[in-house]
Amino acid sequence: MTREEVFEKIREISADRLGIDESEITPESSFREDLEADSLDLVELIMELEEQFGMEIPDEEAEKITTVEEAVDYVMENQPA
Amino acid sequence: MSGLLEGKKVLITGVLDRRSIAYAAARLAQEQGAEIALTGFDKGIRLTRRTAQKLDPEPPVLELDVNRPEHIEAVAQDLKERWGELHGILHAIAFAPPDALGGNFTKTGWDSVATALRTSAYSLAALTLGLRDLLVSGSSVVALDFDARYAWPAYDWMGVAKAALESTARYLARDLGGQGIRVNLISAGPLHTLAAKGIEGFEEIGGEWDRQAPLGWDARDTEPVGRAVVSLMSDWWPATTGELIHVDGGYHAMGAPIK
Repeated sequence: MTREEVFEKIREISADRLGIDESEITPESSFREDLEADSLDLVELIMELEEQFGMEIPDEEAEKITTVEEAVDYVMENQPA
Repeated sequence: MSGLLEGKKVLITGVLDRRSIAYAAARLAQEQGAEIALTGFDKGIRLTRRTAQKLDPEPPVLELDVNRPEHIEAVAQDLKERWGELHGILHAIAFAPPDALGGNFTKTGWDSVATALRTSAYSLAALTLGLRDLLVSGSSVVALDFDARYAWPAYDWMGVAKAALESTARYLARDLGGQGIRVNLISAGPLHTLAAKGIEGFEEIGGEWDRQAPLGWDARDTEPVGRAVVSLMSDWWPATTGELIHVDGGYHAMGAPIK
């Protein structure tokens, strides 16, 4: 997947899970502050990313993901070949 | 295959994600031959359902807000039709509003305290008594505790609620013993669960813990508690009820850090 495709996918997942419009989500959006995700939302988002992108995201790594862009970065760096 | 819980049917509350203490208990109970059902609550039930898919076989997830009697009745009805009997319950449920935690002890109002007590302590009685008719002789109720003999940083009214939970367990042990039902508590050391993350300042206890625990303590490893839960659900503690078992690396027995 290209970076653009990964972003689109994460935007779609986030909008669906958090019940917000895709247009409100930019790479700079912070899940907690801008998208108003609580801790349960964040865990669910991470699990959804794991499923959609076929990867395991360790807790220590998941805790570092605070913005949409950081999620994209993580997926790009760890995509299964 | 012969496991510790072969043929037993166990209800497990409190599974949110794979870090949950109850998840370790669920996984190990299945390994030991138990058939399990999970419960989930409000928004968290989506997480519970997702996490259930990681278990093999995937257990059913029942909706249960312990503060709603009709939910407890519905769970009892479901289990009655599903299994007809029950051999174990893991109570892994606690909640306190943010203003009852994290150093607000002297400022907390009764409404928040009441919510903490109801959800975290009374719920053990509500759930156990609601499922009482399904529990066969020899069955085991286990509740997750955090040693309430002491005051802790940040734990505040949740600590008071745990004291109430401990007492509730003893009275349930008194009143259900005649029916052959055991009720015990496991006081775990601090673990990095989602629930713990919700308590600001609580994770700081973790570092100290390892220094005072003769066996050491890994706050990311829920398996020791899961094993203790499975053990208490088994037939190997037939004369133990109203007991509080520490699964804390031995921390509770030391008067000061030893390392």
